Amino acid sequence: MLEVKSLTTTYEGLVAISDVSLSVAAREIVAVVGANGAGKSTLLKTLAGMERPASGRILFEGEDIAGSPTHRVNMLGIALVPEGRRLFPRLSVRDNLRLGSYLHRRKSDREAPLDTVFKLFPRLAERLDQRAETLSGGEQQMLAIGRALMTRPRLLMLDEPSQGIMPKLVDEILDSVRTIREAGTTVLIVEQRLAETLEIADRAYVLQTGRVVMSGPAKEIAGNEDVRRAYLGI
Amino acid sequence: MLSAANIAQILMSGLLMGLIYALIAAGLSLIFGLMDVVNFAHGEFLMTAMYATFGLVVMLSLDPLILSPIVAAIMFVVGAFCYRAIIVHAMRARTNVGMVQVFATFGLAIVIRGLAQFAFTPDYRSIPKSWLGGQTFSVLGVYMPAPQLAGALASLIAFGALWLLMKKTDFGKALEATREDAGAVGLVGIDRNRVFAMGWGLGAALVGLAGAILSIFYYIHPDVGGPFALIAYVTVALGGFGSVFGALAAGVIVGIVEAVSATVLQPSMKAIGIYAVYLLVVFLRPRGLFGNL
Ligand SMILES: Nc1ncnc2c1ncn2[C@@H]1O[C@H](COP(=O)(O)OP(=O)(O)OP(=O)(O)O)[C@@H](O)[C@H]1O
Ligand SMILES: [Mg+2]
Repeated sequence: MLEVKSLTTTYEGLVAISDVSLSVAAREIVAVVGANGAGKSTLLKTLAGMERPASGRILFEGEDIAGSPTHRVNMLGIALVPEGRRLFPRLSVRDNLRLGSYLHRRKSDREAPLDTVFKLFPRLAERLDQRAETLSGGEQQMLAIGRALMTRPRLLMLDEPSQGIMPKLVDEILDSVRTIREAGTTVLIVEQRLAETLEIADRAYVLQTGRVVMSGPAKEIAGNEDVRRAYLGI
Repeated sequence: MLSAANIAQILMSGLLMGLIYALIAAGLSLIFGLMDVVNFAHGEFLMTAMYATFGLVVMLSLDPLILSPIVAAIMFVVGAFCYRAIIVHAMRARTNVGMVQVFATFGLAIVIRGLAQFAFTPDYRSIPKSWLGGQTFSVLGVYMPAPQLAGALASLIAFGALWLLMKKTDFGKALEATREDAGAVGLVGIDRNRVFAMGWGLGAALVGLAGAILSIFYYIHPDVGGPFALIAYVTVALGGFGSVFGALAAGVIVGIVEAVSATVLQPSMKAIGIYAVYLLVVFLRPRGLFGNL
């Protein structure tokens, strides 16, 4: 489904990710793990079109999308839940969700995919008229995932969904990722919470200072003490 | 001393002109709120709309009032084109983006003025005959010049339509979302450049509507936009940068202050009253009356 070949992204000359290659098959959950500053967010932002790659190719269902603007990437079926969530803070929960399906559905059934989102995160249904900024951190993360799902992605990319959220909600959110995959959506997830993430992932890539230093089945990486100590700083 | 009738007359004159000022300022405020760009060619948009009205009146022999929606539509295209042709590139500047934007729109203003002088000469023109020109209504002894009244009503209608657009339509939500975080709308498939172009189109259409009606009772010349633009900047600052509906209230305040100071001081001093109010706001409440920056 997704085939990334030798992707390099720089910030004004500073290399953030270098020669990254990875692949994601349909209906997989693939995790990208790595220490702070390893380039995980840069990788997802480049895939989503929020940063331009300096070189490399991004094949999504056979089409090279490297350098395409974010809105086009989204229309093609890739949704990113970005670091920091990037909700529209002063719009209501409902409007945030409706904007998700704004360009993906006809007006008459713009709110149709809401059912799926509410099944996943029932507490959003109770807060439809609240401004997004008044939600708790966990609820905001649910809304960010919900908004992404409203665009009906075939590939959902999550950037540290556990950031700033209390442990109980982290489990809830990671559970929802499983459910999302079971419903047929492929998932690429970036996380710092090793154990929990590798538990739900099928495969994982380890990123260190912008390079892929290891990849394999999630269980192997989770079980490898040396890897954890050497590359993840734990 | 001023009689009650005098006071009512001053307030009415101020209110009518103020609503027109609000309509002129609305587009400036909309564009600023959407993307933090001050359009220094706003007055030239107004001037362009006035010439467009004049030209259409001559060509089609229709009344400016009938032509006003057409002029607004033409200005929509002009505004959207300016964004696509110029502003979008100015915003890509790697350093000093703010300055690049200022000079891009300022330069645009000079170019439009120059083109107008070249094409139409600096001569003053006016639309000799129209339905409303020279007509006056009077209610309870308060006089209302028909063109000003039409401008005030057009302003209220335009603000009503804008409110409906922003609050009740999905495009309006997209507009608001873009105001909040232009970098994030792409994540839901919205092309922010399209929203920005629409914003410029809408902003220019609003000032275009004002221009069409002003052309009924104002001389048309290449420099006509300047003083109006100045008032629009004060109005936007007073209402709160980017608060479109703040501009409505601020426009009315500016209109009334202008009318009062023209009477109490002297007609030539009316700008001083406006400027004093502006300074007062800048010192006491820099974000403007309704700003939330
Ligand atoms: N906008 C930017 N401008 C310049 N440098 C940046 C920018 N964003 C990230 N970087 C740099 O690129 C490198 C990778 O950053 P990135 O945010 O991708 O890491 P990360 O793995 O997501 O880290 P974290 O776990 O802290 O979120 C870092 O050295 C960072 O300082
Ligand atoms: Mg990150």
